[in-house]
Amino acid sequence: MARPFTPKVVTANALLEGDVIYQTADDRWSRTLSEAEVLRDEALAKQRLDFAAQQAGEVVGAYLAEVKIGANGPEPTHFREEFRLTGPSNYFHGKQAETAS
Amino acid sequence: MYQYTDFDRDFLAERNAQFRAQVERRIDGSLTEDEFKPLRLMNGVYLQLHAYMLRVAIPYGTLNSAQMRHLALLAEKWDKGYGHFTTRQNIQYNWPQLRDIPDMLDALAEVGLHAIQTSGNTIRNVTADHFAGAVGDEIADPRPVAELIRQWSTDHPEFQFLGRKFKIAVTGAEHDRAVTRAHDIGLRMVRRNGQPGYEVIVGGGLGRTPMIGKVIREFLSQEDLLPYLESVLAVYNQLGRRDNKYKARIKITVHENGIEKIRELVEAEFPARRARFSGIDQVLLAKFEAAFANPDFRTASTDVYDVAHGSDPVFRAWADTNLFAHKAPGYAIVSISLKAHGKTPGDATAEQMRVMADLAEQYGHDELRISHEQNVILPHVHKSDLPALHATLKKHGLATANIGLISDIIACPGMDYCALATARSIPIAQEIATRFDELKLEHDVGPLKIKISGCINACGHHHVGHIGILGLDRAGVENYQITLGGDGTEDTTIGERAGPGFSADEIVPAIERLVLGYLDLRESREETFLDAYRRLGAAPFKAALYPEARADAA
Repeated sequence: MARPFTPKVVTANALLEGDVIYQTADDRWSRTLSEAEVLRDEALAKQRLDFAAQQAGEVVGAYLAEVKIGANGPEPTHFREEFRLTGPSNYFHGKQAETAS
Repeated sequence: MYQYTDFDRDFLAERNAQFRAQVERRIDGSLTEDEFKPLRLMNGVYLQLHAYMLRVAIPYGTLNSAQMRHLALLAEKWDKGYGHFTTRQNIQYNWPQLRDIPDMLDALAEVGLHAIQTSGNTIRNVTADHFAGAVGDEIADPRPVAELIRQWSTDHPEFQFLGRKFKIAVTGAEHDRAVTRAHDIGLRMVRRNGQPGYEVIVGGGLGRTPMIGKVIREFLSQEDLLPYLESVLAVYNQLGRRDNKYKARIKITVHENGIEKIRELVEAEFPARRARFSGIDQVLLAKFEAAFANPDFRTASTDVYDVAHGSDPVFRAWADTNLFAHKAPGYAIVSISLKAHGKTPGDATAEQMRVMADLAEQYGHDELRISHEQNVILPHVHKSDLPALHATLKKHGLATANIGLISDIIACPGMDYCALATARSIPIAQEIATRFDELKLEHDVGPLKIKISGCINACGHHHVGHIGILGLDRAGVENYQITLGGDGTEDTTIGERAGPGFSADEIVPAIERLVLGYLDLRESREETFLDAYRRLGAAPFKAALYPEARADAA
């Protein structure tokens, strides 16, 4: 039996800045995971990923990342996505610094 | 040092203009990412976890002060005020924006630096002994021939689309500081009947399948070098596997076909290749040898040094740990540690880069080196200048006395930056260094090389660490495997896996148990960790690492 589909978001890196971005339900790219569109259906997820892949002028390397639903919406389930959401651990750089300012 | 000619400057300007146009075409949508990616990689541009990364080549690890100041400028103007020196004697900038990279490359060209072939399936930056030209056990300075290889391999039309990346290292010294046996090709300068030549080692490498290189030619005369290298590359280009990325390096080609067959094919290829070399390469080599001639060393009293060494314990600790014997009387080779306890191995701020550039200019015949161990070397400093130099280093957080000790850790960027990583390396290095600084034990422990990689690709050289640490993703959790007994010198040894891995919380206490265990096991202070391991074998070290297993067995 196929495993049940777990919630996903479409994520990528921005073409110009290279930073981590998430696809929203209204077809924008957000720097904030909580704004991401949560995809609960496999067919829809594939469709949204294909849509992202067509935006080559804006994004690089789009893929589906698994999320769980927390108090503020989608949250990462894997440490790699946690680091992408935060930034490096040796300096207060990247997303953690942008959210703070 | 080598100075760019008009040809070099024109070539670089044209190449940078080409890449600028490629970036523009990517931004305006004329190029897809699939089309752009191999082009950006050939120019050192990666897309990492949080941002683009620019890897700048520092050929054979040699810089002058103007170049170092420009590296500082790039860090300040286009990055976040620092740079990361790597295990291939390069520097990486972690935060550039795509639009700015062509400007960064133009700025580098002003001082004769570039990012060409720092990535991609090409011949990469040629590395060399970081003490080149300064040590006594050297047949010759390896940098002239490294420069010859750099010029030959840059944009070499036949070798732009190899099956996989290709790394060459050269050493002129008896003691191998360039890890030549873990390279696709390692060159060791040797002499036969008074004539200089090379021992050619092929098929070494770390990564997923670590292999120690094999000698393909015991003696190759100087003038045969480039045609012979071309023959090896040509054989690899034809025979190397392209069906599987993980079996594409020449180490696998050598392993699967056997060194005898590779040798036969190379020798068969060689005569036609040799015939095409008119001798111009030897004319160039002679020029490079002149360019890399030693500076005029001065003769002066070392009294100031002796007094400071006798009276200042902080200076003495630093001098005893961070200096290496120079071939010229009264001189020393200075290693500046980029491993301050708790800081990121290999990182330097723009300010620190400028301080090191100033010191090189003032005291070091304008020369700096980057070591594959991620430190900066001032290769030629007169001992009388060392107290003043040390005082300046101290002011800028650059006087850590830990070269070759447990906190002088090689660590790849790991999952803090790298898109390929499976776990973090940097925080583990920071925690180990901080812990042993708290214990005040590292000088007592003595020479010990810890090397950490955040994935199987082994940029952190963990296979050749006396203690190697490999970070993996085990069921969604960071997990660290320990290898023991590795060695990257002329006695190259691949470390053996000690046993089950440790979580991020367990790894530092595990290293502490291991090192305290060594202190109990060694015969005397003179017996290093590696010597003790070689004498006793893995068992007592494993017992220190896994006390519960020992309790179970009892």
